[in-house]
Amino acid sequence: MNALILSAVLGVIMMFSGLLLKQKSNLRHLATAGLFLLFVANLLEMSGITFFSINVGSMMHFDRFALLFNSVIFFSTFVYFLLSARDIERTGSYYAEYFALIFFILCGVVLATSFTSLLILFLGIEIISIPLYILTGSDKKNLRSNEASLKYFLLGAFSTGLMLMGIALIYGSAGSFDTAQINVAAKPGTLMIAGMILLLFSMAFKVSAAPFHFWTPDVYDGAPTVFTSFMATIVKVAVFVAFIRLFYEAFGRLQQQWQIWIALITAATLLIGNITAVFQQSVKRMLAYSSIAQAGFMLMAIYAMNMDGKEGLLIYSAAYSLATIGIFAVLIKMNDYTFDGFNGLAKQEPLLAATTAIFLLSLAGIPLTGGFIAKFKMLESVIATGKNFWLVIFAVLMAAVSVYYYFRVIQAMYFKDGPARVIPISPVFKGTLVALAVLIILLGIFPELLLNWFYF
Amino acid sequence: MIPVLLILIPLLTGLVAFFVKNEKSVKGWALASSVITLAVSLIGLTVLKDPEYFAQRYEWMGSLNSSFSVKLDGLSQILCLLNAVAFPLIFIATWKTVYAKANNFFALMLLMQAGMMGVFVAADALLFYFFWELALIPAYFLCSQWGGPRRIQVTFKFFIYTFVGSLLMLVGLLYIYFHTPGRSFDITAFYNAALTSKEQDWLFWLLFIAFAIKMPIFPFHTWQPDTYEQSPTAVTMALSGVMVKMGVFGLLRWLLPVLPLASWRWGDTTSTLAVVGMIYASLIAIQQDDIKRLVAYSSIAHIGLMCVTIFSLNNIGMQGVMIQLFNHGINIIGLWIGAEWIERQMGTRKLSELGGLAQKAPALAIFFVVIALANIALPLTNAFVGEFLMFTGIFSSIATHYSLWFTVLAGVCIILAAVYTLNLIRKIFYGNVSAAVSAAGDIRLSEKLALGVIVILIVWIGIYSQPFLRITEDISADITNGIINRPEIARYLTR
Repeated sequence: MNALILSAVLGVIMMFSGLLLKQKSNLRHLATAGLFLLFVANLLEMSGITFFSINVGSMMHFDRFALLFNSVIFFSTFVYFLLSARDIERTGSYYAEYFALIFFILCGVVLATSFTSLLILFLGIEIISIPLYILTGSDKKNLRSNEASLKYFLLGAFSTGLMLMGIALIYGSAGSFDTAQINVAAKPGTLMIAGMILLLFSMAFKVSAAPFHFWTPDVYDGAPTVFTSFMATIVKVAVFVAFIRLFYEAFGRLQQQWQIWIALITAATLLIGNITAVFQQSVKRMLAYSSIAQAGFMLMAIYAMNMDGKEGLLIYSAAYSLATIGIFAVLIKMNDYTFDGFNGLAKQEPLLAATTAIFLLSLAGIPLTGGFIAKFKMLESVIATGKNFWLVIFAVLMAAVSVYYYFRVIQAMYFKDGPARVIPISPVFKGTLVALAVLIILLGIFPELLLNWFYF
Repeated sequence: MIPVLLILIPLLTGLVAFFVKNEKSVKGWALASSVITLAVSLIGLTVLKDPEYFAQRYEWMGSLNSSFSVKLDGLSQILCLLNAVAFPLIFIATWKTVYAKANNFFALMLLMQAGMMGVFVAADALLFYFFWELALIPAYFLCSQWGGPRRIQVTFKFFIYTFVGSLLMLVGLLYIYFHTPGRSFDITAFYNAALTSKEQDWLFWLLFIAFAIKMPIFPFHTWQPDTYEQSPTAVTMALSGVMVKMGVFGLLRWLLPVLPLASWRWGDTTSTLAVVGMIYASLIAIQQDDIKRLVAYSSIAHIGLMCVTIFSLNNIGMQGVMIQLFNHGINIIGLWIGAEWIERQMGTRKLSELGGLAQKAPALAIFFVVIALANIALPLTNAFVGEFLMFTGIFSSIATHYSLWFTVLAGVCIILAAVYTLNLIRKIFYGNVSAAVSAAGDIRLSEKLALGVIVILIVWIGIYSQPFLRITEDISADITNGIINRPEIARYLTR
């Protein structure tokens, strides 16, 4: 509840501060401070201190699961601001609005992670999506940015339609929007299954799972890189939380019906994401496909539907978001987005190269990084179900494929010579990157630092 | 305490080495670190007897029932000793080699040593997997940064190969984890995992492929000759001397005792693969003109013999394997030292361009001939002890019906080994002095020191191998008896 109100208020504040504060840097500091406040307020709620008590009429439930994921998301956004706030300002002239929109998205995130009614889920997903359409097109003079925005909007609107339709069908079958009651009333009838499948499709669209991923590469590539970073990490994780919550709480008893669907979607997502990423020439586009591939791994948590899966998603969302935010932050500083643009970076900027290498190793799932534990947990959760073992084997083979394109960047940075050029970077930026790399390694050695929050 | 020290010393000194910018001092630092590691390993082997020094356990990931648990038994002792002996030898032998960014080079070398130590002492499956990968990452960076012209592609192939293998192994380990009593990654829990024989049958391949790639066993060997050829020689020494032993170690520690039924049932299949690989590699070695490639193929043949012996499940053979792990490690490092020196002096590794070197470098010739004779397992050399035990083991194996065939075919490879090794010596050291050799001098003190130590070890183990055999006596009996005494297997054996 703290985070919900605060994020909405902060969004409004940021909107008006654009008028009052003339200095760009003040605005940036205000946004970062506001976000830190949001993070702290959410942590306080986890330890039982709430500032607001409003009756939400059993439409939302701020349980440990939701709050914990909110914390991870807010923390990632905080890191994102520290690294990239300066680049947000550079995107266009309405910089205050960008920050405001991001806060509104966070408000939607809180709705989406804490819903117990499908209506709130719908609201949350829409509040996340609409500002994103704007942010995607924020580079107004760039044709590709406009194209991406339009494409995203049209396809997004379509998936929203599917979602509404699904919710209506489910209401028709169960007579309620409440997830717990849907689960009680759930029986594998046509109406219910059709509604569930529609919801499955629309959520799969939002997390860019195959075969609903076609928008992703173009939108991620066309959007200004700072916002791609935000979309591919924080937003994706939030939708995943909503996804897992929906299927655990509303359709838990229909697992027989949907499990094989999710398994197939997972396999398709892993295949398409990884194989296509291999052929990319631009690092930004490679990261777009890699985000599809990583979504494939996260889908395994939904497939498994056990505690291992929830733990896995938690650690996955932290490890994946932090590493990807780090890479994007470095990418923004590069003059050339192709693989060759990274040639020789290790000579010019050893620190930048070393931290990027750690982020890439984490994404590839090499032990000692958070990414390994995340993948490990996902595999564990699927094996724990005792079924569909082929999915595990397939997933590790695809993980091996992913090494190919992540290591291409490492090879370019370390083993090839070239004039990798970066725009000047501040000591704060470097410091944050190092802290981020340390955090990822800590997560890889002591994952329980994060996981234990589930239980205490 | 000893196993923790063995990991920590190279790990911490390796991390420090990143920041030692002066080339001379970083070399000294790395050498000092490796000598201390060797000292610790020797102390553990000779002075300390109390078992509390050899096992350690710290809480790590409680929710997964995985702990930082390490222990040193006979098998770990001999491999840690090899690892500890190998690195000082490598550092001394390559003392004169100049590296760009020497600090990174030596730091990564030490980190690789730490990773391999961890593999050899881990008593927890997850920890084992961690170290297994950690040893690989420094190797990847070392080969791709300091290797030959084709290094990037070749090393990448090596990395992908081993990474695929280790991911499959991870899946296998996870599956076993879910069938252990009380869900734990501890090694004793793994040894008591409740797996049906059908599950064992396919789990076997998930694990075996990972180890087979590392060793390497035919047909998973294709990464190896290229990688050995393209890597800087110091790294090749570490890879072939120590890292391939990780694969053999994996079989002995994590495959045979965990999946005993499958190990016995698939034994003939894997032995056949290994024998095919041995003959194939030996024949290719005969054709090679490049010293490095020749030694690489010869290594495939030697490791293949170990694999055959392991699956013959015989106690005498198992003893042979364990001592041969050590022997092969130091012998091949010796061969590489020679190859490295020749390449550095003559600027070529081609046998056709060499000749008559014995006249110019008599000291090298003496050392190198002794090592080469050890490579073909002549009596009085260390490899004779190991290979004799191994052949005895294969021949008297009761686990397979084909022991005679395996013995004969593997024996052929010994003859082939004599062909290519003696040819190697003849072409390098005898005959007319070639143009490339005419300006050469003899080896210096640092090479003499390293080669001298190796030759002393070769002769020592060749004449008096009892102290070494005693280290591994118990563990090899444990491994073999653990399988052949199982009631499900015992009744099928051809006693």
